[in-house]
Amino acid sequence: MSTNARDAGALAPPLDYLDQRTGLAKVLKEFSRKIFPDHWSFLLGEIALFSFIVLLLTGTFISLFFVPSMDEVTYSGPLATMQGVEMSKAFDSTLHLSFEVTGGLLMRQMHHWAALIFIGAIVVHMFRIFFTGAFRKPREINWIIGFTLLILGLAEGFSGYSLPDDVLSGNGLRITDGVVKSIPIIGSYLSYFIFGGEFPGQHIIPRLFTVHILLVPALILGLIGLHLFLVVLQKHTQFPGAGRTNKNVVGYPIFPVYAAKQAGMFFIIFGVLALMGATMTINPVWNYGPYDPSPISAGAQPDWYMLFLEGALRLTPGFLEVVIGGYTLSLNILIPAVVVPGLLFTSMALYPFIESWASGDKREHHVLDRPRNAPVRTALGYSLLSVFLVLVLAGTNDIIATHFSLSIEAITWTFRVLIFVLPVVTFTVAKRVALGLQRKDREMVLHGHETGKIVRFDTGEYIEVHQPLDEEERWLRVQHEPRRPIPLLPAQNERGVRRPGYRRDAIRSRVSRFFYADRVEPVTPAELAAAQAHGGHDEISASQHDAPELTATREGSSAG
Amino acid sequence: MKAIAARRHHRFAPVVLLALALLTTGVLYAAFTPGPAQAASAPTQDDLTAGNNLFRANCATCHGMNAQGRPGVAPSLIGVGAAAVDFQVSTGRMPLMNQGAQAPAKPVIFTEEQIRQMAAWVASLGPGPAVPAPEEVDPAKGDAAQGMELFRTNCAMCHGAVGQGGALTNGKYAPNLGKASPTTIYEAMVTGPQSMPVFNNATITPQEKRDIIAYLQAQKAGSPGGVTLGSIGPVSEGLWAWLLGIGALIGAAVWIGAKSS
Repeated sequence: MSTNARDAGALAPPLDYLDQRTGLAKVLKEFSRKIFPDHWSFLLGEIALFSFIVLLLTGTFISLFFVPSMDEVTYSGPLATMQGVEMSKAFDSTLHLSFEVTGGLLMRQMHHWAALIFIGAIVVHMFRIFFTGAFRKPREINWIIGFTLLILGLAEGFSGYSLPDDVLSGNGLRITDGVVKSIPIIGSYLSYFIFGGEFPGQHIIPRLFTVHILLVPALILGLIGLHLFLVVLQKHTQFPGAGRTNKNVVGYPIFPVYAAKQAGMFFIIFGVLALMGATMTINPVWNYGPYDPSPISAGAQPDWYMLFLEGALRLTPGFLEVVIGGYTLSLNILIPAVVVPGLLFTSMALYPFIESWASGDKREHHVLDRPRNAPVRTALGYSLLSVFLVLVLAGTNDIIATHFSLSIEAITWTFRVLIFVLPVVTFTVAKRVALGLQRKDREMVLHGHETGKIVRFDTGEYIEVHQPLDEEERWLRVQHEPRRPIPLLPAQNERGVRRPGYRRDAIRSRVSRFFYADRVEPVTPAELAAAQAHGGHDEISASQHDAPELTATREGSSAG
Repeated sequence: MKAIAARRHHRFAPVVLLALALLTTGVLYAAFTPGPAQAASAPTQDDLTAGNNLFRANCATCHGMNAQGRPGVAPSLIGVGAAAVDFQVSTGRMPLMNQGAQAPAKPVIFTEEQIRQMAAWVASLGPGPAVPAPEEVDPAKGDAAQGMELFRTNCAMCHGAVGQGGALTNGKYAPNLGKASPTTIYEAMVTGPQSMPVFNNATITPQEKRDIIAYLQAQKAGSPGGVTLGSIGPVSEGLWAWLLGIGALIGAAVWIGAKSS
């Protein structure tokens, strides 16, 4: 005890010094009392954040030994399979880091595993935001920032993946070169600009190095800061529940509860990544050998987050390449590698604006949606995931073929059909499931839990006794507001004059109907009262109802 | 004897007995096991007859009584040499069980002696590549670094970067070379089984063949980075990143985010 007191005493003067000059104490006190709502899915973004910290730490170590140069050297290190092989300094220093620097291979492998998990966690986090509607006003800007972080994460991953200058990543660069060249008119100029001449040239590794360790990480770091600042500023969203409204935040203060949880989460993430880096081989560049444009190996794929592009390229038939007046237009590359991902990503980025345009909802939302209460949004999310899944699987078609003894042509054709059919099927099924769950909720609210108790009345009538929901259960199922399509005003006003903006309204109305035409209305207080009245002969359960109070709560919420 | 009897119940007695039993068994096994077959001596007339008989019983249905082949069913074996027979039969690919995209490797059903006899008979039909001598396939005599360069230029586009196998068209495939013996690898190069091209001594010299074998043998030492995850590259890495990494971390998030009860 006495030691602790002395420590605090020793720490007090410098802290006081800081506080007098910065006013830090007030800010810290304020911040440590900030309330955060509690849910495990709110920690998904932290997996990404803490993986990024691991990336910074291991990346700094790696950069102390990596030589970003394409000058040729002859290998003379300990690896038998590379003795006397000509390679770039980049590849040579990667081997040196892996086999001669103490802990070097561990750092490299941790760095690579952390990269895969960083982007994976971003995707999982993003879909949590999407499915719960956390991107709605006022968080559209933060959605865009998060989306930009995903794109920057992909850029960071791709530029780092190419740095060791091995055959596999060189093949990836060659594909990138092909994609760039497929862009009409400016393609070949752009390729020469990127590679400083004809592929592969001498410049790409040093350039990617600057992008990988300076440009993109600085942007990511800055945007993460902004991302988190906005979370603090706008307050965290919360799941619906008793006592939670758009005007409050129900949870625990940062200090000590969340500070402890965060620290624990960080050490778990660090531990998992260290364990993976220590025991599981990743990107064994010594298997692939130094880059040389001529060889390519079977099973050549990019890291998982780029597999969808690989898959799109593998699915597209070659006849799309057309020659117009001696000029080759490589639609077979342009469409899968530029147009399709461009459309998918743009629609992802703009989704919050599309949805608010369709719903006409301009209010702030701090209470999250249960995914079932937004059937079309949920269905669109699953639909997008199914497209992504088909593309990823298509990118691994040769590995599926060898591991499941299938014909690669059959697999490719199956995916060519699925890429069009599966999103529609997924959309329909997910929407129907969501609507079904909403109906189930209605049923539960109006009639309560089934108890399995059968009662016979004097009249001879049999009924099953239903256990009414308790307050919290009921609130969860009735708290959301119905979303209805925007009504379309008539084309002419009462004097028969054409109304300006009618066309635009008509399109908007159609989009709105797509989103909200099929819906299940939440139970209204009147319906609930009616259901309870109808249960007149169901005295056992009716006696336990407390309808008036519930009505008051609901009205209170819609007023606020 | 009295001393032994007195120590019969010593607690180490069973251990000593077990060790003695193992030693005896080992010595006896070493004494009775035939040594490795010597470099194939010239086949005798008996070998040829036995080989012919085996061929008629097991192969002639498809390849014909005189190994002339049957159009659309099986190729002629005249001039394929002993190496082709040894490769196909000693990996279990032949006899074929059913027609398919490609003959898969299966458990071997003949003894080494029988395979040698069949190979001798087929070799007697016309000149072809012979089964390589042990020093021709000795990995210790090859240069693994040279083999790496040769392998990735000539083999990796089908067999993958470290010979983990790969897909070909219409259900055919380049098999995983992880379990292939040096002799099998050599024979495959000189005979070009199934979809594989022939790499004769003009394309890849005998020394270069040894280099490639040395490179493939070096892969059996495992990966310095830990478990190999099948050596199939980023796809298995991505799969494990999701299953193990993201899986464990979401589990941790659920655990940490759970309400304390």
